[in-house]
Amino acid sequence: MKEALFLIKKAREIRKSVILSLNAAGSGHLGGSLGLADVFSVLYFHEMKHKPEQPDWLDRERLILSIGHVAPVLYATLAESGYFDKEELLTLRKLGTRLQGHPGRDHGLPGVELSAGSLGQGLGVAVGIALMDQHEKKDKRTFCIMGDGELQEGSVWEAAMSAGHYKLHNIIGIVDRNNVQIDGKTEDVMSLEPLADKWRSFGWHVLECNGNDVEELIQAFAHKSDEKPTLILAHTKMGCGIPEIENDYTWHGKAPNGEEMERFLGMLVKNR
Amino acid sequence: MHNFKLNSLRPGRFGFGEAIRDAARINDKIIGIGVDITKSVSMNLFADEFPDRFFSLGIAEQNAISVATGMALSGYIPVFSTYGVFASMRAADQIRISACYNKAHIIIGGAHAGISVGPDGATHQALEDIAVMRVLPNMTLLSPCDATQAYFATKAAIDQCNGPVYIRFGREPVPDFTSLDQDFKIGKAQILHEGNDIAIIATGHLVWPALEAANILKNEGISARIINLHSIKPIDNQTITKAAIDCGAILTAEEHQINGGMGSAVAEVVVKHYPVPMDFIGMEDSFGESGQAEELMNKYGLNSENIVFKAKELMKRKSK
Repeated sequence: MKEALFLIKKAREIRKSVILSLNAAGSGHLGGSLGLADVFSVLYFHEMKHKPEQPDWLDRERLILSIGHVAPVLYATLAESGYFDKEELLTLRKLGTRLQGHPGRDHGLPGVELSAGSLGQGLGVAVGIALMDQHEKKDKRTFCIMGDGELQEGSVWEAAMSAGHYKLHNIIGIVDRNNVQIDGKTEDVMSLEPLADKWRSFGWHVLECNGNDVEELIQAFAHKSDEKPTLILAHTKMGCGIPEIENDYTWHGKAPNGEEMERFLGMLVKNR
Repeated sequence: MHNFKLNSLRPGRFGFGEAIRDAARINDKIIGIGVDITKSVSMNLFADEFPDRFFSLGIAEQNAISVATGMALSGYIPVFSTYGVFASMRAADQIRISACYNKAHIIIGGAHAGISVGPDGATHQALEDIAVMRVLPNMTLLSPCDATQAYFATKAAIDQCNGPVYIRFGREPVPDFTSLDQDFKIGKAQILHEGNDIAIIATGHLVWPALEAANILKNEGISARIINLHSIKPIDNQTITKAAIDCGAILTAEEHQINGGMGSAVAEVVVKHYPVPMDFIGMEDSFGESGQAEELMNKYGLNSENIVFKAKELMKRKSK
């Protein structure tokens, strides 16, 4: 319980940083970044073995963020973890920044594991890392966060097939199941259901949880399979934490202006 | 006369496969990736000797590149090969973002390059891969001229590079003539025959016909400088510019579309540093078709006769 309160507090700090950095940038993806704050809090402050003071530590567990457009939540979490100073978050998307609109390793931000943003590629990269860990008989996991809309990319299923084939139980895929994408509801744009069955049929162990509930997330990670790759269908609310914009897909790719920022920050404090 | 001895006829893919196997014997970080045509691209040599380092990924080139990137991020050097058409274009976005943007040291073997693939026809003849690969930041693009050079190019890709490398080689047996102790330097073109009347810059399967053309031209009193541009990116600005200054005209020859190909890369250098008349031998904005390799090379003018003809035509445009 104490742990949960700590993670909830961290998630609130992450959300705050996301709002501040997106306001400073003037553009970016707010909805998905807020929706994933709890997942990031649990990963970086509870689940993953990593050392912010030694980002290239060989035995670290890596997060491969396939949906590069939610970079703000990654940057906010890395800063919250101590990879770099929080002040730098305000350089998001600006010329010369290490905080590129979509993560770019070339720009030298510590903690960024993959340059990504073209959808459908992250899971394959995670498979490559996990295969080499299996090859070296290393006892560590690789996490990969995907969007639900992203699952419409065929390459995701090529990667899913290969993880199932090699029984990569050291992979944990997390699907941000918020049911919306830019054109509207996923089931209207291109239906994904029955989604859990799809992953199961590719040889994955599937768990579902409320992706905005840190205790449910902890439970899900604790129940990973030791024989197959594990997929967590994390049901989230886009924009979670700001009731006014929750589940409103028009906030997928928008940044708050100054007045909105003040209002949203006020709501964060009130809610939790 | 050029004094290269034609040792035998061998396909470039043999050199590639042998190099991967030999490199793997001394470097346990080399990993093989199979996409269903392992034997066709000679990766069976590696797979048979190092089964624990060979991973079959099925007919899924996009995933193969992303997986290879993950392996490279873990400190390995993965090698992936399939038909050049699929290696370069089916997975182009994965190569751009996963491999190039992440500077992943992966080796991509663009096998069965060019129209000489023959009877399979247009779908399987890689004639656009140079154009697509050479435009990508962080990519190294090699195009060895025979099996022996494919061996050294592959070794160089492993030893001299830190980012992604695309190596282009053919399926059909072609003259194997380069030296067994050659010093293959990425970014350095090879002058195979000296001459000052015209420079002929060739790559891949067109290098041997260019040497044959040099002999024919010699008999007609024309001295042609033959340059093997095995490294298309990075490109050898110095050797190309010197050829323009010394010879006053440059003809390029490649088994690829003229649009965006090796000749275009040469033209970019020539236009910037020392403009001289140029002409280009290659596919003229068309798909290939079925036929025997030699029939197709002749039909599309990818032979020594056409090199001689175009060279003489081009020389008429030289400023006196």
